[in-house]
Amino acid sequence: MSTVQVARSTRASRIFTPLALVVLLALATLPYWGGPGDMRLVAEMAYYLALAMLWNLLAGYAGLVSVGQQAYVGLGAYAFFYLTGSVGMHVYPAMALAGPIAGLISIPVAFAVFRLRGHYFAIGTWVVAESFALGASLIEELGAGSGMSLTPKIVRQVASSRSDRETVEYWMSLGICVIVFAVVYLILRSRNGLALTAIRDSEPASSSLGVNVFRTKLFIYVATAACTGLVGSLIFLQKLRLSPEAGFSINDWTVVVIFMVVVGGIGTIEGPIIGMLIYIILRELLADFGSFYLILMGAIAVLIMLKAPGGVWGLISHRYGLQLFPVGRRLILDKTPK
Amino acid sequence: MEWLNVLIQGSLLGGLYALFAIGLSLSFGIMRLVNIAHGDLIVLCAYVALIVVQGTGLDPVSSLIIVLPVMFVAGYLLQRGLLNFTLEGGLLPPLLVTFGISVIIQNALLLGFGAYTHRLQQGAIETQSLVLPGDIAIGVYPVIIFAVAVLSIAGLQLLFFKTKIGRAFRAASDDADTAELMGINKRHLFALAMAIAMIFTALAAVLFAIRTNFDPASGPTRLILAFEAVIIGGLGSMWGTLIGGMILGIAQAVGAALSPTWQILAGHLAFLVILIILPSGLFPRTRD
Amino acid sequence: MSLLATHQLSAFYGDFQALFGIDLTVEEGETVAIIGANGAGKTTCLRAVAGALTTEPNMIEFDGKPIGHRTPHDMVRVGIAMVPEGRRLFPSLTVEENLLLGAHSGRPGPWTLERVYGLFPVLKDLHHLPAPALSGGQQQMCAVGRALMSNPRLLLCDELSLGLAPVIIQDIYTCLEAITDEGTTVVLVEQDINRALDASSRFYCFQEGRIALTAPTDGFDRDKITAAYFGL
Repeated sequence: MSTVQVARSTRASRIFTPLALVVLLALATLPYWGGPGDMRLVAEMAYYLALAMLWNLLAGYAGLVSVGQQAYVGLGAYAFFYLTGSVGMHVYPAMALAGPIAGLISIPVAFAVFRLRGHYFAIGTWVVAESFALGASLIEELGAGSGMSLTPKIVRQVASSRSDRETVEYWMSLGICVIVFAVVYLILRSRNGLALTAIRDSEPASSSLGVNVFRTKLFIYVATAACTGLVGSLIFLQKLRLSPEAGFSINDWTVVVIFMVVVGGIGTIEGPIIGMLIYIILRELLADFGSFYLILMGAIAVLIMLKAPGGVWGLISHRYGLQLFPVGRRLILDKTPK
Repeated sequence: MEWLNVLIQGSLLGGLYALFAIGLSLSFGIMRLVNIAHGDLIVLCAYVALIVVQGTGLDPVSSLIIVLPVMFVAGYLLQRGLLNFTLEGGLLPPLLVTFGISVIIQNALLLGFGAYTHRLQQGAIETQSLVLPGDIAIGVYPVIIFAVAVLSIAGLQLLFFKTKIGRAFRAASDDADTAELMGINKRHLFALAMAIAMIFTALAAVLFAIRTNFDPASGPTRLILAFEAVIIGGLGSMWGTLIGGMILGIAQAVGAALSPTWQILAGHLAFLVILIILPSGLFPRTRD
Repeated sequence: MSLLATHQLSAFYGDFQALFGIDLTVEEGETVAIIGANGAGKTTCLRAVAGALTTEPNMIEFDGKPIGHRTPHDMVRVGIAMVPEGRRLFPSLTVEENLLLGAHSGRPGPWTLERVYGLFPVLKDLHHLPAPALSGGQQQMCAVGRALMSNPRLLLCDELSLGLAPVIIQDIYTCLEAITDEGTTVVLVEQDINRALDASSRFYCFQEGRIALTAPTDGFDRDKITAAYFGL
């Protein structure tokens, strides 16, 4: 007789969770022991990690391989700049609205791009992002081609001194990264997450089992867009200046993010974290080589996709059977002697 | 009369977009591969032509004697040596590998040629024009491009329906595994398809580079134009792609007539509207 | 020397093992049937011989040469042709184009378009139609004709009778005799035991990826076959 147990946590995850909390706590105290340069780097890591986790949810779990997520970074940033600058809203409510606005705009977009399958979906999302960039460069109220800046008056709403501002914005970056992590993690552990895995494995089969494929995908797409918009508003609060090229940059907000997820391991929670670290390390090491480093990044991504489609985390977890953030359930067969 | 002029200019522009689209359409039609690097390959071809023109003193059109065979071989090797390995294993590998290739090509060109814009000079033909009744002046060069597009598509139709290799392409497009069981070497055939796709890509590139400035970052826009022409026309229909290109060109010409800054956006909007109304394009394949 | 011999042929679909050490031989000119229940490994065995599954070189020997590592299109070149299960005609090609595609490898031999039309006159009348416009039986004839066009020494037929009316099946098996009379060696996979045994001189009965029984068909006790078939 053998008994079967269903378990979610793994030994690695039980060890790793407190470890992650310690690291997070250490990072939160960085303003007290690190310099502004360190804070900028960690803040950047945090918002890139947030974008990577969101793209991973979209492409790795929902199978919606978008190369147009820069649309929502830009939309969130433009919403934030417009609300603070032209409407005169305070920074925080403006930021809180930036995400929902991006999410709202993503609904009609979804109805158009969801008509495209597979690869064509990818390029379709790109066309949409390009259209938003071109649109922004035509609208006078949004500064047209030259873009917008945050005035000192707006910036001082965060904090009056520069160093305080940097500290607050740093914590905001960490906070938003944690929020995005929580959102992604909760979605994956929810009914929707289970439905997603089913859809990714077989769309016809899951729809015959009563999974509403369209609604599940729409939910993920809109949720991702809203979170991406929020991250976008935060990024450009730190950059202070926004232009169509910067806000809707495919290289900065999508290519780099895809690199992180693919190299780290697509379709895993751990992948984006590892990929982000690899990207930042490579970039810091190779920054002096200019476009050569981008060629190398491209080559690494190609190589990983061909030789190890599970990415670096795929190699590690396959080798050691590790899972740090369990979203699935495992069967434990307790074999007792017959 | 002004709008008739816009219509004609736009349609002629569509010929160039259809040429951009042929390579993309071939690789999707035969290998089910959507090549994100397609636009960058167009730009790469333009740079290869630039090198040949500068190195030999040939004019751009004559440089095709060298550029076409070079890109044919390059296309064959690209497919056989790299892209064939992405075709089994779902959606992500081809997408991300061609995406990686796109980044590599763009930055390699940046490294080799800098961010400056270039243009190929063909001479007097670029500026000659014909005057039609009703005082409509149309450029000779756009007419030539359009004619090349029509001839290219007609040539491909002949290849597909009248030759042994064309038959093999159609069979592989239907069911590559069964084609392999019938004695067709899939890897070789796919590589040949990419090589042929690169011929048309190089042709489009040189014609485009005579007309417009290009730089290492010009690729993505070409990809998007090619993609829009394919989708508007309907997947799998070559003549549909030409019509799709023309619709795109007309939409851009109308946009430009309203305000020059609206040209590109008008094309995207036309694409999105058609996508919503007719998701399978104007000439959908009855079967997939 | 046998035309075809498999040695401890094993085959996998991912982690799932479908064949366990199959040893079978087929002599030049004979017709051999492989029978067995659903999932017994019959189709897998044919697909392995056709090169569609990866196997070790020595596991499959054709005309004395190890060919287990070859790709399917190479197998056509050495003289192995397949009529796949479900016919798998190319829907965007006409009947004639489907037949001509079978000749892609350019193997010389007696079979030409005219001879295939001679064998299946109905195909000649319908040669310009797209393949999906044909009836099931006509499609099966086209699939057999397509395989013949490569002038095979060994013809692998997977479930010729699948989904066809008995009278049509009879027609197709009559034509198969004409093909074997030319000296072409045939391996038949069939679920219809009687049909398979009538057409063949020897049979292998598969069960769960292994050979459960093999014998000449003449005068063999069909009850024993039934027992092997169901693993009783």
